[in-house]
Amino acid sequence: MAVDAGGAVTAPGSPAGLDGQPGSRTETIQLLTPEGERVQHPDYPLELTTDEIKGLYTDLVLVRRIDTEAIALQRQGELGIWASLLGQEAAQVGSGRALGPADVAFPTYREHGVAWCRGLDPTRLLELFRGVSHAGWDPAEHRFHLYTIVIGSQTLHATGYAMGIQRDGAVGEDGEAAIVYFGDGATSQGDVNEAFIWASVFNAPVVFFCQNNQWAISEPLERQSRIPLYQRANGFGFPGIRVDGNDVFACLAVTRKAMQAAREGQGPTLIEAFTYRMGAHTTTDDPTRYRLASELEAWKLKDPIERVKAYLVRSGGADAAFFEAVDTQAEQLGRRIRQACLQMPDPQPLAIFENVYAGPNALLDEEREQYAAYLDSFAAEAAR
Amino acid sequence: MTTMTLSKALNAGLRKALEDDPKVLVMGEDVGQLGGVFRVTDGLQKDFGEDRVTDTPLAESGIIGTAIGLALRGYRPVCEIQFDGFVYPAFDQIVSQLAKMHLRSLGHLTVPVTVRIPFGGGIGAVEHHSESPEALFAHIAGLRVVACGTPADAYTMIRQSVACDDPVVFFEPKRRYWDKAEVDTDAELAAAHPLDAARTVVDGTDVTVLCYGPMVRTCVESAVAARADGRSVEVIDLRTLSPLDTGTIFASVRRTGRCVVVHEAPVTGGLGGEIAARVTEQCFYHLESPVLRVGGFSTPYPPSRLEEHYLPDLDRVLDAVDRTFAY
Repeated sequence: MAVDAGGAVTAPGSPAGLDGQPGSRTETIQLLTPEGERVQHPDYPLELTTDEIKGLYTDLVLVRRIDTEAIALQRQGELGIWASLLGQEAAQVGSGRALGPADVAFPTYREHGVAWCRGLDPTRLLELFRGVSHAGWDPAEHRFHLYTIVIGSQTLHATGYAMGIQRDGAVGEDGEAAIVYFGDGATSQGDVNEAFIWASVFNAPVVFFCQNNQWAISEPLERQSRIPLYQRANGFGFPGIRVDGNDVFACLAVTRKAMQAAREGQGPTLIEAFTYRMGAHTTTDDPTRYRLASELEAWKLKDPIERVKAYLVRSGGADAAFFEAVDTQAEQLGRRIRQACLQMPDPQPLAIFENVYAGPNALLDEEREQYAAYLDSFAAEAAR
Repeated sequence: MTTMTLSKALNAGLRKALEDDPKVLVMGEDVGQLGGVFRVTDGLQKDFGEDRVTDTPLAESGIIGTAIGLALRGYRPVCEIQFDGFVYPAFDQIVSQLAKMHLRSLGHLTVPVTVRIPFGGGIGAVEHHSESPEALFAHIAGLRVVACGTPADAYTMIRQSVACDDPVVFFEPKRRYWDKAEVDTDAELAAAHPLDAARTVVDGTDVTVLCYGPMVRTCVESAVAARADGRSVEVIDLRTLSPLDTGTIFASVRRTGRCVVVHEAPVTGGLGGEIAARVTEQCFYHLESPVLRVGGFSTPYPPSRLEEHYLPDLDRVLDAVDRTFAY
């Protein structure tokens, strides 16, 4: 038996609304239908100018273009691997554009869209996937933390960071907050559950943004949970909300509200962005081994970009010239990324020893010297 | 100079660190009102408040993970892991996150987190309360691993660890918490013996005995006993387990020609093996005998009624010293 947020009891075998089908008791916040129709929600009023909507559309298209280019680069051997965000653009752009300049985002390894919104040059992301560095950007510069590969670890970092915001007295009207990204698979991790506990008992200004893309590599959501993920927040003592993750308006509105609540000292929120990983887990994955093509086809009808385009066309907010201009911009971005990737130099061998410690380390210095001498011995031999 | 227990010295060192830097935090299970199960944090919450001395939920990964986040915000958290055998739930955060954050950011980030772990046996405890997991951490690049053996070192080393920009795993010899000695609480930290340096605690000429943590006292007592037998034993308190202060070790072994490494941790895969290998590589022509190791057996820590058989004591150290003269 399971008890949902409203106290309704569900019999085993029919997990309440896991599939998000009509008739389930789960409520999904949606402000823009897949057909591009604007709908209102009393709790999430959203006023956007046409320029703002065009801006979001441009973000979505550019972010998808980054993804497409990176996949191509991987296929051509220029990247070791790439984790595609295809299908999750709205969840990332909507939430990413909801952040204020003082907020900090803690990503997984798939948040290319959030990185874009924070102003990080996408070529920096390629460093990691090409094997040039393990991340390497300065998180302070764009208030966008390093990609984290171990599932869920960063939820604790964001929560601790939020506790630091509290200790700095930076909670209140002009407060700051942290947002942390993770997936449906991560909700099974101990660290994520511990982060929920810490955030709850300390009332930390952190928003947990779960992109439920339905698949943890090959494992469907049913292997992680018998209740809708957003309802887990109840048990930890803070609000949980499900949003249509393919609706950039809804993701923006819901994240804005949750972030503002956190900044003002009202504590954490869990947002479950209900979306779909349209591509493979990474470029090494083959989803045809574990899921049906029909599932993908159904989700294609809910594409996050098409619905914004439909809205802009229908409302007369944009003409063909605008869409062409965005496509041109996307092509330029793709070319720029490609060029930057191909020109990216390999690190020097002795870079292995750099930044292992912040302070001096005599033993490491010794190893570096020995290896440098070893390398030099080949140069000396070649010169002979 | 004040006479105090090792536990009190740690308490005084933490208090000084909290006074000196408003970014220093103390966090862990029962560290607040209770003052920690060993009273190392006694009275700190009362004087520095709950925001700086914080009782956490009971989850070690959460303690270290949130400490990393606080460090990213500019704080210097000192985390208490209540007992050695409870650190493993935090192992992932320590190894995969804490140790590697500076490198992953190409030096942009520092995570000055100190992880305090009471370690070792000899207190008649139940399972998981008497372990010596230091080699597991010394194996991990990006961490500094230290162990204090005396009240004076406890006082300075905890302050140095807190001030260090690298993450430090700080091992405290729990059965020596109640040992008393003089501590100079007025000494300048800058003038203190460096955190990454060993210290010769007994001068000798015949054999070098290397030890740390709870074994320092055992080995000093062994050296005194050996003197009665006409053997001059040099005892070095390693203090830093990563990086090892090989300079001090090699200089001593080159003089004495004999080396015994003593720790409570199992000999298999322990630091003694690493030290023996390095000494053999660097002091080969000075050695009169193989480097010998004295430590725990390759068994889990035994029930406490058997721990006196497991733990190296004065006689087992002397036995090894004798054996170095048999070659």
